[in-house]
Amino acid sequence: MTLPYDPSWENAGDAPMLCVRGVRTYYGSIMALRGVDLDVYAGEIVTMIGANGAGKSTLMMTICGDPAARTGSIHFEGRDITRMPTHDIARLKIAQSPEGRRIFPRMTVLENLQMGAGLADPRHFDDDLNYVTSLFPRLRERLHQRGGTLSGGEQQMLAIARALMSRPKLLLLDEPSLGLAPLIVKQIFEVIAEINQRDGVTIFLVEQNAYHALRLAHRAYVMVNGVITMSGAGAELLRSPEVREAYLEGGRH
Amino acid sequence: MDYFVQQLLNGLTLGSVYGLIAIGYTMVYGIIGMINFAHGDVFMVSVFIGLILFLLITSLFGGLAIALALIIVLVAAMALTALWSWTIERVAYRPLRGSFRLAPLISAIGMSIFLVNFVQLVQGPRNKSIPPIIDGSFTLPMIDGNVTVAYKQLLIMGTTVVLLTAFWFIVQKTSLGRAQRACEQDRKMAALLGINVDRTISLTFVMGAALAAVAGVLYLVQYGVVSFADGFVPGVKAFTAAVLGGIGSLPGAVIGGLLIGLIEVLWSAYFSIDYKDVAAFSILAITLIFMPSGILGKPDVEKV
Repeated sequence: MTLPYDPSWENAGDAPMLCVRGVRTYYGSIMALRGVDLDVYAGEIVTMIGANGAGKSTLMMTICGDPAARTGSIHFEGRDITRMPTHDIARLKIAQSPEGRRIFPRMTVLENLQMGAGLADPRHFDDDLNYVTSLFPRLRERLHQRGGTLSGGEQQMLAIARALMSRPKLLLLDEPSLGLAPLIVKQIFEVIAEINQRDGVTIFLVEQNAYHALRLAHRAYVMVNGVITMSGAGAELLRSPEVREAYLEGGRH
Repeated sequence: MDYFVQQLLNGLTLGSVYGLIAIGYTMVYGIIGMINFAHGDVFMVSVFIGLILFLLITSLFGGLAIALALIIVLVAAMALTALWSWTIERVAYRPLRGSFRLAPLISAIGMSIFLVNFVQLVQGPRNKSIPPIIDGSFTLPMIDGNVTVAYKQLLIMGTTVVLLTAFWFIVQKTSLGRAQRACEQDRKMAALLGINVDRTISLTFVMGAALAAVAGVLYLVQYGVVSFADGFVPGVKAFTAAVLGGIGSLPGAVIGGLLIGLIEVLWSAYFSIDYKDVAAFSILAITLIFMPSGILGKPDVEKV
């Protein structure tokens, strides 16, 4: 059962929070995104699954304007952000935990979190710090340790926590499960669900770990070679034979 | 003993000036990986700015206390030199960002040549001098003799300590400094967190130039004379200091500056004044053979 892509698939009455239309992104002369259409509505968890090199991370970065889309458009809350500088896009409260985590290695955990809070009201800082360290108690123990000395899982927690410190409206998570032990993956996905349910943060999640991502997401897209080939409800895609064959064979990893 | 202490004092004075200039090199290198070859000449420009301001202020307000005049000169020279450096970055470096790596380097050499010739043109080729700003000294009795401490030496070292402390505070403890360090470590991530990277880079040039201007005014206090060509040698020495201390490291720049100053002065005092530069650069070469990343430029242990 393949679901043909239809932009007006759901929530037709509401305008989407994030609206991506016909986006093509190039690295030099290589086209990494070949016309992507995608919507994220306020309050949703939307996931995009796809193999290595499909263009998932490129899409995440293109939403943040680096590299900017060469053609097509990206709107956030009705505002055209296609060619906005990256730091201005961040000011609209789009936060990203990017590919490779990109922790500042020579800053302490606290300083990394302070960097994340740069766009938030400084009066919230203590509350927000308490909040993210309650989500990830490990970070509290490591508060004065340098980011570069954390383990991979701790760095992932820090990357998500840092993104949360800005009190984002839209949280972009790029492969939060990459390279982590199954127990920590489970923990991180629980936290993602909690952030969404309890605090109403809209989440767009890119994953190779299709099983967890699809179980978590309200809606999902499948990307192959820079185009979206399928979309549907998370549970629906989880049952789809194509998805099972391409992304879930070999067990629930 | 007294002779040694005397030379130590002279070396630290000279080293302070080198250290202040070296910070400009090391910060810019840290944030955009470029050696700003024009920095020594920015220092030279700041000496001229200091000289002109000092003459202006003392002739306009003759009765002004020397301390007040110096503070005004210092602050104004810092601001004006920062403006120069900001403009240079804007005109000569920023348009080349994203170009190949050598492009801004070549542009910096061009800027250096431009500044030297510009100053030669507008100020004339001859040495410019001012009467001594701060006279006097006191003697410190030692076990086997006396050490003469000039007041201006105290001023130079004192000012350096105060400004380096302030500067360290800005870099380590304020959000501004944090943004700067973030850009240094990962520009792309800094932008994702809402940091205006271009502005932060500009700010780095501004701060480096302000410290070079402090060095410039202190140089003026010490020597009282400057010519258009005087940016080169202190510039190269300060660059050496930055490399010696570990390029990219702020404390390294200060330590490197003090070391170069001490080596130079002690070598002149005990061996030969003609070979002081040879000594300074030889020590650099030897240090780099055994510590390729400089004294404090340790590569970080990072997990990927």
